[in-house]
Order: sequence, then C-alpha cells, then structure tokens
Amino acid sequence: MASITGSIELIVRKPRKVVLVGGLLVVWLALWFVLRGVHTLTLGGQDTTPFHRWLTEQAGVVGSGNAISDGIRVVVDQLVVLLQSLIAQPSYGRPVPVVGWLGVVALSAFLAWAFGNWKVALLTAAGLTFIGLQGLWQESMDTLSLTIAAVVLALLAGIPLGIWAGLSDRFFKVATLVLDLMQTLPTFVYLAPLTLFFAIGPAAATIATLIYAAPPVVRLTAHAIRSVPAESVEAARSLGSTRGQTLAKVLLPMSRSTVVVGINQTIMAALSMVTVAALIDAPGLGQTVLKALQTLDVGVAFNAGLAIVVLAIVLDRVTTAAGDRPWRVASLRRKILLGAGALGVLVAIWFSRTYLWAAEFPTDVNLGSRIAVAAADVTAWVQDVFGGFTYGVRDAVTFGVLNPLQALLTESPWWLVTAAVVALAMVLGGWRAALPATACLLLLVGTGVWHDAMVTLASTLLATVVVVAVGIVLGVWTGRNQRVDNWVRPVLDAGQTMPPFVYLVPFLALFGTSRFTAIAAAVVFAVPVTTKIVADGIRAVPVATVEAANSVGSSTWQVISKVQLPVARRAITLAVNQGLIYVLSMVVVGGLVGAGALGYDVAAGFAQSELYGKGLAAGLAIVLLGVMLDRITQAAARRTRKFRGTVRGDNLW
Amino acid sequence: MTNKLRSVGVLSALALALTACGGAKVGEAEKPADGGKECGTFNLAVNPWVGYEANAAVVAYVATKDLGCTVTKKNLKEEISWQGFGTGEVDAVLENWGHEDLKKKYVEQQKVAVVVGPSGNKGVIGWYLPPWLAAEKPELKDWNNLNKFASLFKTSESGGKGQLLDGDPSFVTNDEALVKNLRLDYKVVYAGSETALIQAFRDAEKNKKPVIGYFYEPQWFFNELKLVKVDLPAYKTGCDADPAKVACDYPAYDLDKIVSKKFADSGSPAYDLVKNFSWTNDDQNVVAKYIAEDKMTPDAAAEKWVNENRSKVDAWLGK
Repeated sequence: MASITGSIELIVRKPRKVVLVGGLLVVWLALWFVLRGVHTLTLGGQDTTPFHRWLTEQAGVVGSGNAISDGIRVVVDQLVVLLQSLIAQPSYGRPVPVVGWLGVVALSAFLAWAFGNWKVALLTAAGLTFIGLQGLWQESMDTLSLTIAAVVLALLAGIPLGIWAGLSDRFFKVATLVLDLMQTLPTFVYLAPLTLFFAIGPAAATIATLIYAAPPVVRLTAHAIRSVPAESVEAARSLGSTRGQTLAKVLLPMSRSTVVVGINQTIMAALSMVTVAALIDAPGLGQTVLKALQTLDVGVAFNAGLAIVVLAIVLDRVTTAAGDRPWRVASLRRKILLGAGALGVLVAIWFSRTYLWAAEFPTDVNLGSRIAVAAADVTAWVQDVFGGFTYGVRDAVTFGVLNPLQALLTESPWWLVTAAVVALAMVLGGWRAALPATACLLLLVGTGVWHDAMVTLASTLLATVVVVAVGIVLGVWTGRNQRVDNWVRPVLDAGQTMPPFVYLVPFLALFGTSRFTAIAAAVVFAVPVTTKIVADGIRAVPVATVEAANSVGSSTWQVISKVQLPVARRAITLAVNQGLIYVLSMVVVGGLVGAGALGYDVAAGFAQSELYGKGLAAGLAIVLLGVMLDRITQAAARRTRKFRGTVRGDNLW
Repeated sequence: MTNKLRSVGVLSALALALTACGGAKVGEAEKPADGGKECGTFNLAVNPWVGYEANAAVVAYVATKDLGCTVTKKNLKEEISWQGFGTGEVDAVLENWGHEDLKKKYVEQQKVAVVVGPSGNKGVIGWYLPPWLAAEKPELKDWNNLNKFASLFKTSESGGKGQLLDGDPSFVTNDEALVKNLRLDYKVVYAGSETALIQAFRDAEKNKKPVIGYFYEPQWFFNELKLVKVDLPAYKTGCDADPAKVACDYPAYDLDKIVSKKFADSGSPAYDLVKNFSWTNDDQNVVAKYIAEDKMTPDAAAEKWVNENRSKVDAWLGK
C-alpha cells in the first residue's frame, strides 16, 4: 500500500490520515506476528482446484467454426494480407511486393511531410533506410503491415467510443471497467483462446494486438474531452451551438493534442505486442527476436528490437507532428509543392516496381550484423563490470524490502489481509474504495490462486512505487523543458517498444532468475507511459497560471509543487493508474525470468492444457488486482480533492 | 520556403541521376514457379527450441528439394500446434515430448491427429550441475548428498533452503513431488523459460557459482557446456504412476512424430517423408550447432547436413 500513501502525500499532507494508516499497519504487523502461517491458501505449482479443472473442461466447448468468428477472421486476414502484399511479401505472381523499398520510403516521407512537416519527413526517410541497412526490411514491413491493420481497426472503434465515454458519465464508468480488463488481462491469457476462435496466424495476431492496443486511445480521448474547460462548452452552448456543433467546433479541436497522445500510445502498445503475437505465428520482427532468444543471441535480438524502436520513433514523431499541425486550408504554394511531391512519389514507386535495386533492399551494407556484434559486446562488458554489484543491489532490495513485504502479504491469514486492505482502502478512499476492494479480494480467494496473487502484489507494489517516483520526476522535467523532452523521448519510446524479451537476457545475466529481474523489467516498461502523461499534464497547465506564480516571486520548486503538480493532478492520477496497469501487464513476462507466481501460472496455462483453467484463473487474478488497486488510487485521489476543498465542475475521477 | 523548394529540386535531380543507372529489372530472370503438383503445400509446425528447429529444417529442406513441396513453417508452441491439427493449419509436429494429455484429447477424443512413430531422438530429463561444480564436488552427483550441500544453493528466491531451478512452464516436471518425497531441503524456483535456465547455467560456469537445475537432452547448449546429470533413484516402470508420490528419476523418452489425420490420408509424399524420418541425438545436435552457434540459416544448416548424410536421407525417401 506504500505506493498509494506515497502518491497521495505528495499532493496533500493530512496528518490524521497518516496516523490512521500507520496505526493500521502496526496492528496488521502485530497480528501477523501472532498468526503467520495459518490460512494462507498456498497452492503448489502443479496443483489445481476444482474451479480450475472446471475451467479447463470449458476450454474445449468454445471453438472456431461459427459464422461470426470466421467472418471476422476472413476480413481481418484480408486486410493484413493486402497490406503485406503491398509492402512486405512477394505477391500477385511477382517475386517482390507491389511497392518496393524505394516506393515505401518515398511514400512514407511524403505522407509525413503532408501531414506533419519536412523535419519528420526527413526522419521517416532516414529511419526506414536505416531499417533496410539493418538487413531487416522484409520483417519490418511485415510488422508494419500488422501494426497498421491493428491500429486502424483500434482507431476506428476507439475514437468514437472515447468520445462517447467523454460525453456520458454512465458509459464512462462501464468503459473504464472494460478497458481495465483489456489492459490488465495478460496477453498470454487470451492468446491461446483467440487461436481457438480465429485460428493461428495474422488474423488472431492482429486481433490480439488490437485488444491490447485500443484502450489508450479510448481512455485518452475520453480524458481529453472531459478536460475541456466547462466555460468553453458553456460559451458555445450559450451561443446556440447544438450538441453536434459543440463536439465538432469546441470539444474535438480543444482535445486534439491529447487524442494524438492517445493514438501515439496505441501505436506504441501495438508495436510492443509484436513479439508476444509472434507466439501465434504473427509474421515479422517478433519472429526474429524469439528465434534469437532460443540461442540467447542478445545481439541479433537487439538488432530486431532496435528496428521496432526505430519504427516506433518514426510513427510517434509523425503522429505528434500531425497533431501539432493546425487544421487549416493549405496555401497555393503548398498545394503546388504537394503535387510535385506526389509526382515524385509516383516516379519512385514506378522504379520500385521495375528495377530490382529499388524493389529489394540491397544487402551489401550489412549494418545489422555489426550492430548485433556491438550490442553483444556491450552487454558482455556491462555484465563483466557490473555483475557482482548488481547481485548486491538485488539482494539488498530483496531482503530489505521485497521479502518483508511479501511475507506480510503471503503469511498473514487471507482474512487478515482482506480486513487490513479494506480498512486501508476505507481510510484512504472511503466507501468507494472499500467496496470494490472487498469484492476484488473475495473474488481473489475464489480464484484459488490467492497465495500467488499476494506474491505478485508485493512485487507489483514495489515496482509501481519506483515507476511513479521516476515517472513524476522525469515527467515534470520533460514537461517543463522542451529540449530535455527532445532528448528523453526517444529513450522513452525505446523503453516502451523494445520487446522485453530483448533486455530480459542481459537482465538475467545482471540479476539472475529472480523477482527483482521482473521488477526491473516492469519498471523499464512502465516508466515511459507515466512520464509521458505527466509531461502532457504539466504542459497543459495554462502559461498564465505559471507566469502569475513566477511574478509573485515563487521559486522553481514552489511553482512545481504549488502550481503545476496540483493543476495537473488529474493527469498525474491517470499516469499513476497507467503505470500500475503497465506494471501488471508485465507480470507474465516476469514469470518467464523467475518471478513465478501469477505470471508463471498464466504462462503455464498457455503452454499446458491441464493447467489451462489455472492459467485463466491467474489471469483473472491479475485483473482483480488491477481493478482493486485502480479503484483505491482513484477514490483516494478524489478524496484528496475533497479535503482540499477544490471545486471544479466535474465529478469524473 | 525557397530553401525547401531548392532541396526538393536537388532531390529530384538526384533521383533522375539514379534513374540513368537503371539496373536489373524485376521479373527479368524469372522462370515460372515450380508448382510441385504432387506434393502441394506442407504445413510444418516449428516448436520453439533449437533441436526441434533442426528437425524441421532438415525435413523442410528434403521436402522442398526432393519432393517439390511448398513448405510453410509455422512457429508455434506445442499446445497451439496441436490445435492446428483440427483446423487444418498444421500438418505435422516432428518432436513430441510425451504429451499424453494432448494425445488423449486430439488423437483419441477428437480423432484429428495420428501418431506416426518415433523420431529416433531419445529425450533425457533430469537435474544437472555445471561442470566446474561437478568436478569440484563429485559427491553431488549422488542425490543422497544433496541435503548436505543445500546451503550452497541458497539464493534470494529460495527462502533459506537450497534452490532447485526449474524451467519453462511447458516442460514435463515432477520436481516439486520429488523434493517432497525424497525429503530434500530444497525449494523449486521456476526460472520460467529455457532462456533463463541456460543463462543461469552459463553464468554459473563462468563465475563459478553453484547452481542445480532441471535440464534435458538433446539440446544445443550441450555443445557449449557439458552439464553433468545428478543420479536420482533409478526409474522403474510405473514408479511415476501417481504424480504426487513420485520418488524416482524421469524415464527415457522416445520422442515421436504426430501428424494431422487429414495429412495422413492425403497421400502426400511429404507424409511418407515424415513417417520415415528418423535420426539420432548426435545428428540433431550437429544441425542444432550449425544453427545456434555457427549462425547458419536453418536452410543452409540443413543443406550442409543433407549433403554429408545423403544415405540417411535416401532411406527416408525410400530410395
């Protein structure tokens, strides 16, 4: 619970509450000392409960072959195959795709220029060429096809849903629940069932990616619409605008930059799913990474991971630039330039269809193998130099923080944990936190994986505290300073999209197979999203407000703590929430490097049919943990505001 | 703006200059694709370990070159591959590690899969030590001495006991029962993946750390490190009948091949190839080494091995 109290204290110091929480913890510790070891609901790694076996039996009942799932599969498959034959795979009787590399580079750069600016056009051309030089052109185009398909579908569904959630409170509540489910349910959990419905291959992979990637755009669209100042909406209304006009002329334009952040996050999430989707034969870079992993070839895995990151950076910059570009009619000169550019693109595409050198990326410059060797060397060097030290850090954190926390959670009787957490939730967030917490905890008992859930909870809390601390510091820094943002952003993009499988091997060498390794991986994965949302919130603080504070002689620290952070409070709540959810979504990957518990159960359910039900139950447990923590943080944040007496025209968070 | 115009001009001039070079045209040297009418498409599941990939590489190579099949390799985990038998997406699995549960479901109940006999590879599962440790403390090779050295294997994850490292969740394991029934002062810690397991052994050998863990043969990693197997109480038929009471070593597995019913009935020459395919652990390790250590593509590795072992391949083809 440390994470929750920590983040709340940052916003408001309410001594009475701290005393209450402290008292509760002391009572819990005392009871733990007396009662530890009883009613802990431990379950062995290979053991199952009747509920798990029942779930396993149900697995065979559902399945493919019905008209709806077949229809969806065919449509999605066609979309992916169409994109693949355009840019990735030999198609229509030709030994090369319809558009060769030159055509793709020219077209992408042109689009980047038309929707963004010439800087991102240059970046696009450079990025794609670099991928070609890495020797990964075809794999990257396969990945791009799949990503485009998933993102297009996600946006088609997500933006309207987001607008709806922005306008309707009731739908917002339902949507939040479903989105939590979509984001926290480990991909491994639905990967296997998805193949039952949609068979193995691109369609199932696209749908898996879609499920994982759609929530950010829905959430951020809703968040953006809700953040539009009530005064603006009222002004529009008083001038006689209809609902539709208000939406089109006020709400959407004013929320555009945040919606773009959402689109951004959706693209990043889609790219980060690429390696996981490779487990059900998704084509592209994910295959390269997984193959390299089988032989622990860090270099090759890094090379492919880097290609994913480059794709991510290009897509990120182009969407950001497109978001920043004001909506206006192009000037005549620009129209002429655009026309000329389009002509150039057509010429390039014609070349790439006609000449081999423009169709298949030349292989003489093998940058890829050089990158692989360098990455392997650097990794080896880091391991040699820091090897002993990192083991020390791991042991210090594990014995000093993680083990005691885990002992408290796992060795207490389940009813004591439940009572303590509910009481904490009550103090921090009132009934709105205590009721969902009670429901989630009781359901957790029902899943039969209580003990594993508590182990996972301990790691998750520790990881989230670190994520929130780092994310707020970095977010404030980048939010206040554009130049820092320019430098930090690529690193954040890398952290979010570099497949965790790539850095797992070096992390394994540094920290061994342990829960700490999993925590480190989760932190790398979750810090970027937290940072980006905090930075976005800080940037959204009206310049006038900051200047007013500056003019009365506030120090930088005062501006941050008294003005920017409180005003950006809602963004920070969202950032904490997303950080938490990203940590939870990494739990399964953690299970692959020795974190055990729920992550291992889920992976086992994916791999072994007799453990299918247990895996499903464990996936459910991860979701329950997510919902519980989310409700407590949200309610606590709402509570905090009430104490501060802030009156803002919203009742959303 | 004029600057931009100029750069566009320069770029187009460059493009024009490039056009003058020309080059080979697409489709110039293209011969009509070899349809392979007899065989058609052969969907081969590739499960995620290098040994399996070696099997798949060789079978795919022979099917393509000698039988004219169009081979589609599908990279899938075991369980998912078996699902593919029913939907027609997978024709064959070349290395099955005794998945009795899957056989029951797909062969007996759904009748969509057929067992077509051993691949010739012998699977060995057990507990292994890094070579340096086995050399320094040879008595560890006998399970009776494991408790004496339990404190050696303590880690941050093992809660004061010795750590027995287990692998990927899809692996067949009795280790929790073994630890309990042999009264060992150890805790099974799940590394969670083959990668983590290999990294642990590699690190243990390099930095002389004590590790004991689950491992198996055939496996490409043995080319790098000759792990030493710990002798558990010998396996006798039936001693592992009750999973909760197991107190004996793992049996030797005859790895076998599974195909889809549809494929078996299709009369495809690829089916006969899969049926006849059989080779030794050493054969597999050689090809696995080509792939894993010499970084050859699976195709190149298969080509090399096939050229060196033509007689074995001919036997599969019934020549």
